[in-house]
Amino acid sequence: MASYMLRRLIGSVIVMWAVATLVFFMLRLVPGDPIAAMLADAGGPDEIEAMKRSLGLDRSVFVQYVIWFQNMLQGDLGNSIYGSRVAVTSVLSEAIPRTLSLSLLAFVIALAIAVPAGILSATRRNSATDTTVSLFAFLGLSMPDFWLAILLIIVFAANLQWLPAIGYVPLAEGFWPWLRHLILPAIAIGTAFSAIIARMIRSSLLEVLKADYMRTARAKGLTPWMVMFGHALPNAMIPVITVIGIAFALLISGAVVVENVFAIKGLGRVLIEGILNRDYPVVQGAVLVVSAIFVFSNLIVDLLYGVIDPRIRLN
Amino acid sequence: MTLLRVENLAIDVARDGGTCRLVHDAHFSVDRGETIAIVGESGSGKSLTALAVMDLLGEGLSVSGGRILFDDQDLTALSPRERNALRGSKVAMIFQEPMTSLNPVRSIEHQLTEGMRLKMKLSRKAARARALELLNEVGISDPVRRLKQYPHQLSGGMRQRVMIAIALSCEPDLILADEPTTALDVTIQAQILALTSRLCRDHGVGLVLITHNLGIVARYAQNVAVMYGGRVVERATARQLYRDPQHPYTRGLLASVPRLDLPRDTPLRPIPGAPPDPTVELPGCRFHPRCPKATDICARQVPEFSVTDGHEVACWNAAVDHTEGKGAVA
Repeated sequence: MASYMLRRLIGSVIVMWAVATLVFFMLRLVPGDPIAAMLADAGGPDEIEAMKRSLGLDRSVFVQYVIWFQNMLQGDLGNSIYGSRVAVTSVLSEAIPRTLSLSLLAFVIALAIAVPAGILSATRRNSATDTTVSLFAFLGLSMPDFWLAILLIIVFAANLQWLPAIGYVPLAEGFWPWLRHLILPAIAIGTAFSAIIARMIRSSLLEVLKADYMRTARAKGLTPWMVMFGHALPNAMIPVITVIGIAFALLISGAVVVENVFAIKGLGRVLIEGILNRDYPVVQGAVLVVSAIFVFSNLIVDLLYGVIDPRIRLN
Repeated sequence: MTLLRVENLAIDVARDGGTCRLVHDAHFSVDRGETIAIVGESGSGKSLTALAVMDLLGEGLSVSGGRILFDDQDLTALSPRERNALRGSKVAMIFQEPMTSLNPVRSIEHQLTEGMRLKMKLSRKAARARALELLNEVGISDPVRRLKQYPHQLSGGMRQRVMIAIALSCEPDLILADEPTTALDVTIQAQILALTSRLCRDHGVGLVLITHNLGIVARYAQNVAVMYGGRVVERATARQLYRDPQHPYTRGLLASVPRLDLPRDTPLRPIPGAPPDPTVELPGCRFHPRCPKATDICARQVPEFSVTDGHEVACWNAAVDHTEGKGAVA
């Protein structure tokens, strides 16, 4: 297990390096120029040259890459080249808690809906409950998250005025204010996710319920609750966890769009503003963080396999 | 006294809007401490009968007639909750497939103790102590280590021993064993059967041994019910059945088993044809298309049971070719 962990960690680092490198070069292939974006038509050729030199953009792309990489290894992701020129790390350290809060809450809400819905529709297959769950699952999958976000704002913020429409309050200022601001965006992001997981739990459970060991469990005269949670779910969750790992990317990409609707300055907003302004260091930093979140959430999924399945843990 | 009496049991499966009868008439009885064998080929309804006693029939299957009397109580009249209360504690079952009958992600300890903790209200510690005893009793060495292990770390034979321990764990009155050794190596089969049979005798547990192997029957069962096409066709003591099989199907079965007391080059005589398709309506005796003794009446009317010395047989021609039948087998 330890050597497996080590291999996975090394693999994760390599993936992150590859993503960072790819993004670095791709950004420079994209048409558009940060200086032009900043100065618009105001600057003459001399000013442009001076600007380029001060930002280090006059050197070859490869030299820029080496410098950026060296600095990154020391924890320095450079400064924003647009506007206030704040350090990228400080931009990110402000944005990361917001996106993580949002994604994790969306994750919790999604599971809280998906697990009972999946169990209900599997145990009452082809019943009215099953049909209703399936209907809502397809509805949830088919609605674009930004559209659902706007709908939620109209209903719960504008009309009912139960929850705020925009903004973010750090957890340090209290749990309820923090939660209040995140509920609507988290639902907007989590809906599609919960639909996928509910469908997955349903099909996985249907498979497991047919297994011989489920008959053994029933032959023991266990309560339906013990049969479901002690025997069926631990097996049914093994394939579901794989999907959760992959679909976690959906949460992050959902956050990118939905943060903009709710004016939460998380990673998504930072990323989009960075791209619009050709703010290379910010985009590079943000992509690095997103890829890290993705890689490590998958690493956690792999570790969960070991926790849930002794055949993996003990081999 | 009679522990379990199954009377005229019928089982239907829902199919394309209608129903199709899979078991027409199963009947047999078991006393405490007694072993009875239900013999028949695949599709004869023997496993379904056992599952019906357990109330574990799968989706679409249902008991549509007859009674299952357990301790003089008709189980078919009980609610699912009451049936569930009896499962494990009064009636236990051992299944055919030890490789897949244990939950792969739960430890042996969990699977062995959860029933005891629920049904016998044992504490974790007491259940664990009893689990160790049970593993010892079913012949698993190093039980302390085995308790912590998972099914994939055990061989098929050991898993079946664990299944036997689970079945015995709540001190049931009756155990149904559905082909418990079919999936095991031949060398292990005899061990497992001897173990099951001895433990049931020692604990005064009634055992219903479901098998297609007549060789097993002679050794372990006192009484035998032969099933064919969803019906019990012959019922006798094991001794009567071997000495004097009366139903042509039973005779066919015995003639197709290799025997050590005959010359080695004696050819085995298989029963021609295949078991009846339960979805096809078949009037009369269900064995008549394959039966060497079939006469006109066999195709028209279901044979009634005739009883001599407790030996029951449902065949129109059983008495007629009585002596001839004896010669064919001996």
